[in-house]
Amino acid sequence: MEISVLLFLSSGLFLGWALGANDAANVFGTAVGTRMIRFSTAALVCSVFIILGAVFSGSGTTETLGKLGAIDTLAGAFMTAFAAALSVHLMTMAGLPVSTTQAIVGAIIGWNLFSHTQTDSGALVKILSTWVICPILSALIAILLFKATAAALAQAKLHLLRIDVCTRLGLLVAGTFGSYSLGANNIANVMGVFVPASPFTDFDFAGLFTFSSAQQLFLIGAIAIGIGVMTYSKRVMMTVGSGLMPLSPIAAWVVVMAHSIVLFLFASTGLESFMAEIGLPTIPLVPVSSSQAIVGAVLGIAILKGGRGIRWRVLGGIGMGWVATPVIAGLVCFIGLFFLQNVFDQRVYAGAPVTAPMAISAGAPGRPGPAKPSVATVPKF
Amino acid sequence: MALMKKISLFSRTQALESEIDDFLDKLLQSSLLFKTAVNLYLKKGYTPDFEKKLQDVNKMESTADNLRRTIETKLYAQTLIPESRGDVLGLIENLDHVLNMLEGALWAFSIERPDIPEEFHTDYETLTEMAVQSVESLVLASRAFFRNIEAVGDHNYKVMLYEKEADKIGTKLKKAIFASDLDLSRKSHLRNFVEQIDDVPDWAEDVADRLAIYSIKRTV
Repeated sequence: MEISVLLFLSSGLFLGWALGANDAANVFGTAVGTRMIRFSTAALVCSVFIILGAVFSGSGTTETLGKLGAIDTLAGAFMTAFAAALSVHLMTMAGLPVSTTQAIVGAIIGWNLFSHTQTDSGALVKILSTWVICPILSALIAILLFKATAAALAQAKLHLLRIDVCTRLGLLVAGTFGSYSLGANNIANVMGVFVPASPFTDFDFAGLFTFSSAQQLFLIGAIAIGIGVMTYSKRVMMTVGSGLMPLSPIAAWVVVMAHSIVLFLFASTGLESFMAEIGLPTIPLVPVSSSQAIVGAVLGIAILKGGRGIRWRVLGGIGMGWVATPVIAGLVCFIGLFFLQNVFDQRVYAGAPVTAPMAISAGAPGRPGPAKPSVATVPKF
Repeated sequence: MALMKKISLFSRTQALESEIDDFLDKLLQSSLLFKTAVNLYLKKGYTPDFEKKLQDVNKMESTADNLRRTIETKLYAQTLIPESRGDVLGLIENLDHVLNMLEGALWAFSIERPDIPEEFHTDYETLTEMAVQSVESLVLASRAFFRNIEAVGDHNYKVMLYEKEADKIGTKLKKAIFASDLDLSRKSHLRNFVEQIDDVPDWAEDVADRLAIYSIKRTV
């Protein structure tokens, strides 16, 4: 693999790092924020299970994102991922939990606008509708789970110290499940734009299983997420854990479980085929916002408690971030593509005008597109 | 079986649970001994039996102090219940203070040996009974805080009730003492003992109030 390809992938790795720094807080933030689990334990478990989820269950949501905008050159994919990563990073620096899903969607639309590609309205509506459904569903699941847990605890009459042990274990299990679901659901945000232009080839593991090119991309992206978790997520964890609303450790467990269930529902191909088999309507496989799921769950609990204790100012800040993220990502992507095309002479979409024969591009499977890069067409960087 | 116990999910907390229970037992036993000792004093004055009860309470207070230190150290060393740790420590220390007050009152009887006229005996006995009842209810409220949070309010209510009764009896007793023909110095001496006993339910009520707040914080 050429070094230039790695350079192009670097923006995806940056986005993965930003996702890890930001979204790990959704999985373990409440547990770390309430000091029930140490940050080092949370970071390790989170990284490992994000990688497993991404590699083994990450394909479902990638397909949906690909429909929104099939970015057909590596340079275009680079700038799309870079714009999303930059937006997420800026929001993370401000200490706000933001959505990488919104950032990547904003950036893809920015690419669509730049490349004069019509945005698939069906896919866009499908994704946008999850921005509404996801927090509502998360709130409903949190309410049900909270009521069931409170009733079970009242019945069991466990000693305070035993409740503490159970809660710690529960938070660890929920965080593990959440990390797997986050990897499965959100890897599309990080590496989805690179799948049509993947520089890797499939290879066989002694005839046991095939490690597809997409899975190899997902592995690299997931490792970047893991590094983001390890290096930068602590601060956001503290914001989620104690910023939006004071949460008891048990409420924290409910929040993480509700979030994880929602992410799993929107990522599981197994569940989709099971529902189709028994004749039930299927849940679309869409990369949903982990942040929205967590905020929805916290609000569900707040509603159950009569709306007391919500810090509306923090919530307002998070809401502003949700609107600002896709807009910023779209703008950054559009402007970045302009520079990449006109200053660095890169072909940012398949039909783009180029002034020098140096652009790398690769067609999506089944799509007409320029040939794979060769040594002679290494881009200038 | 022993191995199962060792690898049990709660093996780490079992010892601490029983230490907290032991601590509460010591407080309860001390309050009952306190009642017996005061009644003995009222009936027979300062006797070896009274002295024996005082020594028993003294030993229990030392054991409870050791238990309190162990509980506090374990809670912090094992980083248990981070959300409620401060509240539990506060509760244990306040309960320990109740035990100190009981011991202190008995020491005062032993050292000062007040001469209490018989006409006041019944009120002293009732006052002591109310003080002990308030401590018993406080111990039940504290146990409920650890195991059955919803029952804390019921026990706390009883603590308040006994405190109010103790206040009424204390005031009545002090009025009776100062209305008597005794010397002013003796009146003051007897009043001090009323106040020493009456301070116990007052403190129990303060602890119950804090316990009510701790319980609200512990609500899921």
